[in-house]
Amino acid sequence: MTALLRRDLKLAIRAGGGFGLGLAFFLIVTVLVPFGVGPQSELLSRIAPGILWLGALLACLLSLDRLLALDWEDGTLDLLATSPLPLEAALSVKALAHWITTGLPLVLAAPVLGILLNLPAAGYGWLVLSLLLGTPALSVIGTFGAALTVGVKRGGLLMSLLVLPLYVPTLIFGAEVARRGATGMDPVTPLLMLAGISAGVIAIMPFASAAALRVNLR
Amino acid sequence: MSMTEDTATPKRPSGFWSYANPVKFLGLSERVLPAVWALAAISLVVGLIWGFFFTPNADKFESTVKIIYLHVPSAMMAINVWVMMLVTSLIWLIRRHHVSALAAKAAAPVGVVMTLIALCTGAIWGQPMWGTWWAWDPRLTSFLILFLFYLGYIALWEAIEDPDTAADLTSVLCLVGSVFAVLSRYAVNFWNQGLHQGASLSLDKEENVADVFYFPLLVCIAGFVLLFLALVLYRTGTEIRLRRTRALQAREARL
Repeated sequence: MTALLRRDLKLAIRAGGGFGLGLAFFLIVTVLVPFGVGPQSELLSRIAPGILWLGALLACLLSLDRLLALDWEDGTLDLLATSPLPLEAALSVKALAHWITTGLPLVLAAPVLGILLNLPAAGYGWLVLSLLLGTPALSVIGTFGAALTVGVKRGGLLMSLLVLPLYVPTLIFGAEVARRGATGMDPVTPLLMLAGISAGVIAIMPFASAAALRVNLR
Repeated sequence: MSMTEDTATPKRPSGFWSYANPVKFLGLSERVLPAVWALAAISLVVGLIWGFFFTPNADKFESTVKIIYLHVPSAMMAINVWVMMLVTSLIWLIRRHHVSALAAKAAAPVGVVMTLIALCTGAIWGQPMWGTWWAWDPRLTSFLILFLFYLGYIALWEAIEDPDTAADLTSVLCLVGSVFAVLSRYAVNFWNQGLHQGASLSLDKEENVADVFYFPLLVCIAGFVLLFLALVLYRTGTEIRLRRTRALQAREARL
Protein backbone atom coordinates (compact mmCIF):
# COMPACT_ATOMS: atom_id res chain seq x y z
CA MET A 1 0.00 0.00 0.00
CA THR A 2 2.78 2.41 0.85
CA ALA A 3 4.48 1.45 -2.38
CA LEU A 4 1.33 2.32 -4.30
CA LEU A 5 1.02 5.59 -2.42
CA ARG A 6 4.65 6.48 -3.10
CA ARG A 7 4.26 5.60 -6.77
CA ASP A 8 1.11 7.74 -7.15
CA LEU A 9 2.71 10.69 -5.39
CA LYS A 10 5.83 10.46 -7.54
CA LEU A 11 3.79 10.26 -10.72
CA ALA A 12 1.67 13.23 -9.70
CA ILE A 13 4.70 15.37 -9.03
CA ARG A 14 6.63 14.28 -12.10
CA ALA A 15 3.85 14.10 -14.66
CA GLY A 16 4.49 17.58 -15.90
CA GLY A 17 2.38 20.15 -14.07
CA GLY A 18 -0.37 17.90 -12.77
CA PHE A 19 0.68 18.77 -9.26
CA GLY A 20 0.43 22.54 -9.35
CA LEU A 21 -2.47 22.87 -11.77
CA GLY A 22 -5.22 22.56 -9.19
CA LEU A 23 -3.52 25.16 -7.06
CA ALA A 24 -3.15 27.55 -10.00
CA PHE A 25 -6.79 27.04 -10.87
CA PHE A 26 -7.80 27.84 -7.30
CA LEU A 27 -5.74 31.04 -7.48
CA ILE A 28 -7.23 32.14 -10.78
CA VAL A 29 -10.83 31.54 -9.69
CA THR A 30 -10.23 33.59 -6.57
CA VAL A 31 -8.69 36.38 -8.62
CA LEU A 32 -11.57 36.37 -11.12
CA VAL A 33 -14.33 36.66 -8.52
CA PRO A 34 -13.66 40.32 -7.62
CA PHE A 35 -13.68 41.13 -11.35
CA GLY A 36 -17.13 39.59 -11.53
CA VAL A 37 -18.77 41.02 -8.43
CA GLY A 38 -16.85 44.28 -7.98
CA PRO A 39 -14.05 45.31 -5.63
CA GLN A 40 -16.09 46.48 -2.60
CA SER A 41 -14.22 45.00 0.34
CA GLU A 42 -17.26 44.47 2.61
CA LEU A 43 -19.07 42.50 -0.11
CA LEU A 44 -15.95 40.41 -0.75
CA SER A 45 -15.41 39.66 2.90
CA ARG A 46 -19.04 38.53 3.17
CA ILE A 47 -18.79 36.06 0.28
CA ALA A 48 -15.14 35.05 0.82
CA PRO A 49 -15.80 31.79 2.75
CA GLY A 50 -18.22 30.53 0.10
CA ILE A 51 -15.98 31.54 -2.80
CA LEU A 52 -12.93 29.89 -1.28
CA TRP A 53 -14.87 26.69 -0.65
CA LEU A 54 -16.30 26.71 -4.14
CA GLY A 55 -12.89 27.36 -5.68
CA ALA A 56 -11.31 24.52 -3.72
CA LEU A 57 -14.16 22.22 -4.75
CA LEU A 58 -13.79 23.04 -8.43
CA ALA A 59 -10.01 22.69 -8.31
CA CYS A 60 -10.53 19.26 -6.75
CA LEU A 61 -13.03 18.32 -9.44
CA LEU A 62 -10.77 19.34 -12.30
CA SER A 63 -7.95 17.06 -11.23
CA LEU A 64 -10.22 14.02 -10.85
CA ASP A 65 -10.07 12.80 -14.43
CA ARG A 66 -6.33 12.20 -14.04
CA LEU A 67 -6.99 10.10 -10.96
CA LEU A 68 -7.75 6.82 -12.74
CA ALA A 69 -7.72 7.60 -16.48
CA LEU A 70 -3.94 7.28 -16.98
CA ASP A 71 -3.76 4.03 -15.01
CA TRP A 72 -6.75 2.78 -17.02
CA GLU A 73 -5.03 3.49 -20.30
CA ASP A 74 -1.72 1.80 -19.54
CA GLY A 75 -3.32 -1.19 -17.81
CA THR A 76 -2.12 -0.49 -14.27
CA LEU A 77 -5.68 -0.78 -13.01
CA ASP A 78 -5.96 -4.33 -14.35
CA LEU A 79 -2.78 -5.21 -12.47
CA LEU A 80 -4.14 -3.62 -9.30
CA ALA A 81 -7.40 -5.52 -9.66
CA THR A 82 -5.56 -8.85 -9.87
CA SER A 83 -3.07 -8.05 -7.11
CA PRO A 84 -3.58 -9.43 -3.59
CA LEU A 85 -4.42 -5.92 -2.36
CA PRO A 86 -8.22 -5.49 -2.27
CA LEU A 87 -9.45 -3.00 -4.85
CA GLU A 88 -11.19 -1.06 -2.07
CA ALA A 89 -7.84 -0.50 -0.37
CA ALA A 90 -6.13 0.41 -3.64
CA LEU A 91 -8.79 3.02 -4.37
CA SER A 92 -8.54 4.40 -0.84
CA VAL A 93 -4.81 4.82 -1.35
CA LYS A 94 -5.42 6.50 -4.69
CA ALA A 95 -7.91 8.86 -3.04
CA LEU A 96 -5.34 9.59 -0.33
CA ALA A 97 -2.70 10.34 -2.97
CA HIS A 98 -5.16 12.64 -4.73
CA TRP A 99 -5.86 14.41 -1.46
CA ILE A 100 -2.15 14.87 -0.67
CA THR A 101 -1.40 16.26 -4.12
CA THR A 102 -4.57 18.34 -4.54
CA GLY A 103 -6.54 18.77 -1.33
CA LEU A 104 -3.69 19.49 1.06
CA PRO A 105 -2.09 22.24 -1.09
CA LEU A 106 -5.52 23.84 -1.43
CA VAL A 107 -5.95 23.84 2.34
CA LEU A 108 -2.54 25.47 2.77
CA ALA A 109 -3.16 28.03 0.04
CA ALA A 110 -6.64 29.03 1.22
CA PRO A 111 -5.53 31.49 3.96
CA VAL A 112 -3.31 33.34 1.48
CA LEU A 113 -6.18 33.65 -0.95
CA GLY A 114 -8.38 34.68 1.96
CA ILE A 115 -6.29 37.84 2.17
CA LEU A 116 -7.14 38.62 -1.44
CA LEU A 117 -10.86 38.38 -0.65
CA ASN A 118 -10.59 40.34 2.60
CA LEU A 119 -11.67 37.41 4.77
CA PRO A 120 -12.37 38.58 8.36
CA ALA A 121 -9.55 37.71 10.75
CA ALA A 122 -11.75 35.39 12.85
CA GLY A 123 -12.46 33.24 9.80
CA TYR A 124 -8.96 31.98 8.91
CA GLY A 125 -8.73 29.22 11.49
CA TRP A 126 -12.23 27.91 10.76
CA LEU A 127 -11.67 28.09 7.00
CA VAL A 128 -8.51 25.99 7.22
CA LEU A 129 -10.10 23.58 9.65
CA SER A 130 -13.23 23.13 7.51
CA LEU A 131 -11.17 22.58 4.36
CA LEU A 132 -8.91 20.16 6.21
CA LEU A 133 -11.93 18.13 7.26
CA GLY A 134 -13.87 18.51 4.02
CA THR A 135 -11.35 18.02 1.21
CA PRO A 136 -10.73 14.32 2.04
CA ALA A 137 -14.46 13.76 1.47
CA LEU A 138 -14.17 15.57 -1.87
CA SER A 139 -11.30 13.29 -2.93
CA VAL A 140 -13.08 10.10 -1.88
CA ILE A 141 -16.39 11.05 -3.54
CA GLY A 142 -14.44 12.12 -6.60
CA THR A 143 -12.75 8.72 -6.76
CA PHE A 144 -16.21 7.19 -7.00
CA GLY A 145 -17.07 9.51 -9.90
CA ALA A 146 -13.79 8.66 -11.62
CA ALA A 147 -14.41 4.93 -11.15
CA LEU A 148 -17.89 5.27 -12.67
CA THR A 149 -16.76 7.14 -15.76
CA VAL A 150 -13.31 5.66 -16.34
CA GLY A 151 -14.54 3.58 -19.28
CA VAL A 152 -16.27 6.49 -20.99
CA LYS A 153 -14.31 8.31 -23.64
CA ARG A 154 -14.04 11.99 -22.80
CA GLY A 155 -15.95 11.38 -19.60
CA GLY A 156 -14.80 14.61 -17.95
CA LEU A 157 -18.03 16.54 -18.41
CA LEU A 158 -20.15 13.53 -17.51
CA MET A 159 -18.11 13.09 -14.35
CA SER A 160 -18.75 16.69 -13.34
CA LEU A 161 -22.46 16.15 -13.79
CA LEU A 162 -22.31 13.03 -11.62
CA VAL A 163 -19.92 14.26 -8.94
CA LEU A 164 -21.12 17.82 -8.33
CA PRO A 165 -24.55 16.84 -6.93
CA LEU A 166 -22.74 14.43 -4.59
CA TYR A 167 -20.62 17.35 -3.36
CA VAL A 168 -23.67 19.31 -2.17
CA PRO A 169 -23.76 18.21 1.49
CA THR A 170 -20.00 18.60 1.95
CA LEU A 171 -20.07 22.05 0.39
CA ILE A 172 -23.04 23.19 2.45
CA PHE A 173 -21.57 22.18 5.79
CA GLY A 174 -18.01 23.17 4.92
CA ALA A 175 -18.94 26.63 3.69
CA GLU A 176 -21.29 27.03 6.65
CA VAL A 177 -18.42 26.37 9.08
CA ALA A 178 -16.24 28.95 7.33
CA ARG A 179 -19.07 31.50 7.12
CA ARG A 180 -20.09 31.12 10.74
CA GLY A 181 -16.48 31.29 11.82
CA ALA A 182 -15.96 34.47 9.81
CA THR A 183 -19.09 36.17 11.20
CA GLY A 184 -18.43 35.15 14.79
CA MET A 185 -21.30 32.67 15.09
CA ASP A 186 -20.88 29.26 16.66
CA PRO A 187 -19.55 26.90 13.96
CA VAL A 188 -19.44 23.70 16.04
CA THR A 189 -22.68 22.09 14.75
CA PRO A 190 -21.83 22.27 11.02
CA LEU A 191 -18.26 21.30 11.90
CA LEU A 192 -19.48 18.10 13.52
CA MET A 193 -21.75 17.44 10.54
CA LEU A 194 -18.84 17.98 8.15
CA ALA A 195 -16.61 15.66 10.15
CA GLY A 196 -19.42 13.09 10.19
CA ILE A 197 -19.84 13.26 6.42
CA SER A 198 -16.10 12.92 5.85
CA ALA A 199 -15.76 9.98 8.21
CA GLY A 200 -18.80 8.21 6.77
CA VAL A 201 -17.74 8.81 3.21
CA ILE A 202 -14.17 7.63 3.81
CA ALA A 203 -15.53 4.47 5.43
CA ILE A 204 -18.18 3.57 2.85
CA MET A 205 -17.39 5.15 -0.51
CA PRO A 206 -14.34 2.96 -1.38
CA PHE A 207 -16.72 -0.01 -1.55
CA ALA A 208 -18.97 1.77 -4.04
CA SER A 209 -15.95 2.95 -6.04
CA ALA A 210 -14.48 -0.55 -6.14
CA ALA A 211 -17.84 -2.00 -7.21
CA ALA A 212 -18.05 0.51 -10.06
CA LEU A 213 -14.44 -0.06 -11.10
CA ARG A 214 -14.91 -3.85 -11.11
CA VAL A 215 -17.83 -3.44 -13.49
CA ASN A 216 -15.68 -1.28 -15.74
CA LEU A 217 -12.76 -3.71 -15.66
CA ARG A 218 -14.96 -6.68 -16.48
CA MET B 1 -27.85 -11.15 -24.36
CA SER B 2 -30.10 -13.28 -22.23
CA MET B 3 -33.37 -11.61 -23.13
CA THR B 4 -34.88 -14.73 -24.70
CA GLU B 5 -36.98 -17.30 -22.86
CA ASP B 6 -35.01 -19.45 -20.53
CA THR B 7 -36.55 -22.85 -21.09
CA ALA B 8 -33.65 -24.90 -19.77
CA THR B 9 -33.94 -23.86 -16.12
CA PRO B 10 -35.01 -26.87 -14.06
CA LYS B 11 -37.00 -24.97 -11.45
CA ARG B 12 -39.31 -22.30 -12.83
CA PRO B 13 -39.84 -19.37 -10.48
CA SER B 14 -43.44 -18.76 -9.57
CA GLY B 15 -45.44 -15.82 -8.30
CA PHE B 16 -44.01 -12.32 -8.44
CA TRP B 17 -40.52 -13.27 -9.58
CA SER B 18 -41.81 -15.17 -12.61
CA TYR B 19 -42.42 -11.76 -14.20
CA ALA B 20 -38.66 -11.33 -14.35
CA ASN B 21 -39.05 -13.42 -17.49
CA PRO B 22 -39.40 -10.81 -20.24
CA VAL B 23 -41.95 -12.88 -22.14
CA LYS B 24 -44.21 -13.24 -19.13
CA PHE B 25 -43.70 -9.60 -18.28
CA LEU B 26 -44.66 -8.50 -21.77
CA GLY B 27 -47.68 -10.77 -21.75
CA LEU B 28 -48.97 -9.36 -18.49
CA SER B 29 -48.16 -5.74 -19.25
CA GLU B 30 -49.89 -5.94 -22.61
CA ARG B 31 -53.00 -7.35 -21.00
CA VAL B 32 -53.22 -4.71 -18.27
CA LEU B 33 -51.88 -1.71 -20.19
CA PRO B 34 -55.15 -0.66 -21.89
CA ALA B 35 -56.95 -0.76 -18.55
CA VAL B 36 -54.21 1.25 -16.84
CA TRP B 37 -54.18 3.85 -19.61
CA ALA B 38 -57.97 4.15 -19.41
CA LEU B 39 -58.04 4.40 -15.62
CA ALA B 40 -55.25 7.00 -15.67
CA ALA B 41 -57.09 9.08 -18.25
CA ILE B 42 -60.40 8.83 -16.40
CA SER B 43 -59.00 9.78 -13.01
CA LEU B 44 -56.89 12.61 -14.44
CA VAL B 45 -59.83 14.06 -16.38
CA VAL B 46 -62.23 13.68 -13.47
CA GLY B 47 -59.75 14.93 -10.89
CA LEU B 48 -58.52 17.92 -12.86
CA ILE B 49 -62.00 19.05 -14.02
CA TRP B 50 -63.38 18.56 -10.53
CA GLY B 51 -60.45 20.45 -9.07
CA PHE B 52 -60.36 23.25 -11.63
CA PHE B 53 -64.08 23.99 -12.04
CA PHE B 54 -66.01 22.59 -9.09
CA THR B 55 -64.02 23.68 -6.07
CA PRO B 56 -64.26 27.09 -4.42
CA ASN B 57 -61.33 29.49 -4.40
CA ALA B 58 -59.42 29.52 -1.14
CA ASP B 59 -59.53 32.74 0.89
CA LYS B 60 -55.90 33.77 0.76
CA PHE B 61 -54.91 32.19 -2.52
CA GLU B 62 -57.88 32.94 -4.77
CA SER B 63 -57.74 30.87 -7.93
CA THR B 64 -54.00 30.13 -7.70
CA VAL B 65 -54.81 27.33 -5.29
CA LYS B 66 -55.92 25.21 -8.25
CA ILE B 67 -52.38 24.56 -9.35
CA ILE B 68 -52.16 22.28 -6.33
CA TYR B 69 -53.85 19.58 -8.44
CA LEU B 70 -50.80 19.42 -10.69
CA HIS B 71 -48.12 20.45 -8.24
CA VAL B 72 -48.66 18.05 -5.34
CA PRO B 73 -49.13 14.85 -7.41
CA SER B 74 -46.13 15.60 -9.63
CA ALA B 75 -43.96 16.41 -6.63
CA MET B 76 -44.98 13.18 -4.93
CA MET B 77 -44.27 11.21 -8.07
CA ALA B 78 -40.88 12.87 -8.53
CA ILE B 79 -39.76 11.34 -5.24
CA ASN B 80 -41.62 8.05 -5.63
CA VAL B 81 -40.15 7.43 -9.07
CA TRP B 82 -36.66 7.72 -7.61
CA VAL B 83 -37.61 5.28 -4.84
CA MET B 84 -38.95 2.89 -7.47
CA MET B 85 -35.68 3.22 -9.42
CA LEU B 86 -33.79 2.48 -6.22
CA VAL B 87 -35.81 -0.70 -5.63
CA THR B 88 -35.46 -1.92 -9.22
CA SER B 89 -31.74 -1.13 -9.18
CA LEU B 90 -31.35 -3.22 -6.05
CA ILE B 91 -33.29 -6.08 -7.64
CA TRP B 92 -31.00 -5.88 -10.68
CA LEU B 93 -27.84 -5.88 -8.57
CA ILE B 94 -28.99 -8.75 -6.37
CA ARG B 95 -31.05 -10.98 -8.67
CA ARG B 96 -29.79 -9.92 -12.13
CA HIS B 97 -33.25 -9.60 -13.70
CA HIS B 98 -32.94 -7.61 -16.89
CA VAL B 99 -36.54 -6.44 -16.75
CA SER B 100 -35.78 -4.74 -13.47
CA ALA B 101 -32.83 -2.78 -14.85
CA LEU B 102 -34.85 -1.80 -17.91
CA ALA B 103 -37.73 -0.64 -15.74
CA ALA B 104 -35.35 1.65 -13.86
CA LYS B 105 -34.06 2.99 -17.16
CA ALA B 106 -37.62 3.49 -18.40
CA ALA B 107 -38.69 5.30 -15.25
CA ALA B 108 -35.91 7.91 -15.15
CA PRO B 109 -37.17 10.22 -17.94
CA VAL B 110 -40.67 10.08 -16.44
CA GLY B 111 -39.22 11.07 -13.10
CA VAL B 112 -37.27 13.96 -14.53
CA VAL B 113 -40.41 15.29 -16.23
CA MET B 114 -42.36 14.98 -12.98
CA THR B 115 -39.63 16.93 -11.16
CA LEU B 116 -39.73 19.58 -13.87
CA ILE B 117 -43.53 19.85 -13.65
CA ALA B 118 -43.30 20.21 -9.88
CA LEU B 119 -40.62 22.91 -10.17
CA CYS B 120 -42.47 24.83 -12.91
CA THR B 121 -45.90 24.73 -11.29
CA GLY B 122 -44.26 25.73 -8.04
CA ALA B 123 -42.65 28.72 -9.75
CA ILE B 124 -45.93 29.71 -11.41
CA TRP B 125 -47.67 29.50 -8.03
CA GLY B 126 -44.85 31.27 -6.23
CA GLN B 127 -44.84 34.30 -8.52
CA PRO B 128 -48.26 35.72 -7.40
CA MET B 129 -48.11 34.26 -3.87
CA TRP B 130 -44.52 34.82 -2.74
CA GLY B 131 -43.80 37.56 -5.25
CA THR B 132 -40.92 35.60 -6.73
CA TRP B 133 -40.42 32.78 -9.21
CA TRP B 134 -37.73 31.17 -7.15
CA ALA B 135 -36.62 31.21 -3.54
CA TRP B 136 -33.89 29.14 -1.95
CA ASP B 137 -36.39 27.49 0.28
CA PRO B 138 -35.26 24.03 1.50
CA ARG B 139 -38.01 22.19 -0.38
CA LEU B 140 -37.40 23.98 -3.65
CA THR B 141 -33.67 23.54 -3.35
CA SER B 142 -33.87 19.83 -2.63
CA PHE B 143 -36.09 19.37 -5.68
CA LEU B 144 -33.56 21.15 -7.81
CA ILE B 145 -30.87 18.82 -6.47
CA LEU B 146 -33.12 15.82 -7.18
CA PHE B 147 -33.46 17.13 -10.73
CA LEU B 148 -29.65 17.18 -11.06
CA PHE B 149 -29.46 13.61 -9.78
CA TYR B 150 -31.96 12.51 -12.42
CA LEU B 151 -29.93 14.26 -15.13
CA GLY B 152 -26.71 12.57 -14.03
CA TYR B 153 -28.41 9.17 -13.90
CA ILE B 154 -29.85 9.52 -17.42
CA ALA B 155 -26.55 10.88 -18.77
CA LEU B 156 -24.71 7.85 -17.42
CA TRP B 157 -27.18 5.49 -19.12
CA GLU B 158 -26.65 7.34 -22.38
CA ALA B 159 -22.86 7.42 -22.14
CA ILE B 160 -22.15 3.70 -21.79
CA GLU B 161 -22.60 1.43 -24.76
CA ASP B 162 -22.61 -2.04 -23.25
CA PRO B 163 -26.12 -2.48 -21.77
CA ASP B 164 -25.12 -4.68 -18.83
CA THR B 165 -22.25 -2.40 -17.81
CA ALA B 166 -24.58 0.58 -18.07
CA ALA B 167 -27.20 -1.17 -15.93
CA ASP B 168 -24.59 -2.04 -13.28
CA LEU B 169 -23.04 1.40 -13.12
CA THR B 170 -26.34 3.28 -13.07
CA SER B 171 -27.59 0.98 -10.33
CA VAL B 172 -24.54 1.73 -8.19
CA LEU B 173 -25.01 5.43 -8.93
CA CYS B 174 -28.68 5.17 -7.96
CA LEU B 175 -27.80 3.61 -4.59
CA VAL B 176 -25.08 6.14 -3.81
CA GLY B 177 -27.22 8.97 -5.17
CA SER B 178 -30.12 8.00 -2.91
CA VAL B 179 -27.94 8.26 0.17
CA PHE B 180 -26.61 11.62 -0.95
CA ALA B 181 -30.06 12.90 -1.94
CA VAL B 182 -31.32 12.26 1.59
CA LEU B 183 -28.14 13.77 3.00
CA SER B 184 -28.60 16.85 0.80
CA ARG B 185 -32.20 17.19 1.96
CA TYR B 186 -31.10 17.53 5.56
CA ALA B 187 -28.07 19.64 4.69
CA VAL B 188 -30.28 22.04 2.76
CA ASN B 189 -32.72 22.24 5.65
CA PHE B 190 -29.87 23.14 7.93
CA TRP B 191 -28.35 25.57 5.48
CA ASN B 192 -31.44 27.66 5.00
CA GLN B 193 -32.29 27.79 8.68
CA GLY B 194 -28.80 29.14 9.10
CA LEU B 195 -29.66 31.96 6.70
CA HIS B 196 -33.00 33.18 7.95
CA GLN B 197 -34.53 31.73 11.06
CA GLY B 198 -38.00 30.30 10.59
CA ALA B 199 -38.66 31.26 6.99
CA SER B 200 -42.25 32.33 6.53
CA LEU B 201 -42.25 31.14 2.93
CA SER B 202 -42.88 27.45 3.37
CA LEU B 203 -46.41 27.24 4.65
CA ASP B 204 -47.41 23.66 5.20
CA LYS B 205 -49.92 22.89 2.52
CA GLU B 206 -51.24 19.69 4.00
CA GLU B 207 -52.57 21.38 7.08
CA ASN B 208 -54.47 24.00 5.16
CA VAL B 209 -56.23 21.69 2.81
CA ALA B 210 -59.92 21.30 3.54
CA ASP B 211 -61.99 18.36 2.37
CA VAL B 212 -63.32 20.26 -0.65
CA PHE B 213 -59.81 20.34 -2.04
CA TYR B 214 -58.69 17.06 -0.55
CA PHE B 215 -60.86 14.63 -2.51
CA PRO B 216 -60.19 15.95 -6.02
CA LEU B 217 -56.52 16.06 -5.02
CA LEU B 218 -56.65 12.38 -4.10
CA VAL B 219 -58.19 11.58 -7.49
CA CYS B 220 -55.43 13.56 -9.20
CA ILE B 221 -52.74 11.73 -7.24
CA ALA B 222 -54.28 8.41 -8.24
CA GLY B 223 -54.31 9.64 -11.84
CA PHE B 224 -50.61 10.53 -11.73
CA VAL B 225 -49.70 7.17 -10.18
CA LEU B 226 -51.65 5.32 -12.86
CA LEU B 227 -50.17 7.47 -15.59
CA PHE B 228 -46.69 6.69 -14.30
CA LEU B 229 -47.50 2.99 -14.13
CA ALA B 230 -48.78 3.01 -17.70
CA LEU B 231 -45.76 4.95 -18.98
CA VAL B 232 -43.27 2.68 -17.22
CA LEU B 233 -44.93 -0.53 -18.40
CA TYR B 234 -45.08 0.85 -21.91
CA ARG B 235 -41.51 2.11 -21.95
CA THR B 236 -40.14 -1.05 -20.35
CA GLY B 237 -41.88 -3.06 -23.06
CA THR B 238 -40.26 -0.84 -25.67
CA GLU B 239 -36.83 -1.34 -24.12
CA ILE B 240 -37.29 -5.11 -24.02
CA ARG B 241 -38.29 -5.18 -27.68
CA LEU B 242 -35.39 -2.90 -28.57
CA ARG B 243 -32.97 -5.30 -26.94
CA ARG B 244 -34.56 -8.26 -28.62
CA THR B 245 -34.27 -6.56 -32.00
CA ARG B 246 -30.61 -5.90 -31.37
CA ALA B 247 -30.05 -9.51 -30.36
CA LEU B 248 -31.77 -10.72 -33.53
CA GLN B 249 -29.73 -8.35 -35.66
CA ALA B 250 -26.53 -9.53 -34.01
CA ARG B 251 -27.54 -13.14 -34.64
CA GLU B 252 -28.28 -12.43 -38.29
CA ALA B 253 -25.01 -10.63 -38.75
CA ARG B 254 -23.21 -13.66 -37.42
CA LEU B 255 -24.84 -16.13 -39.82
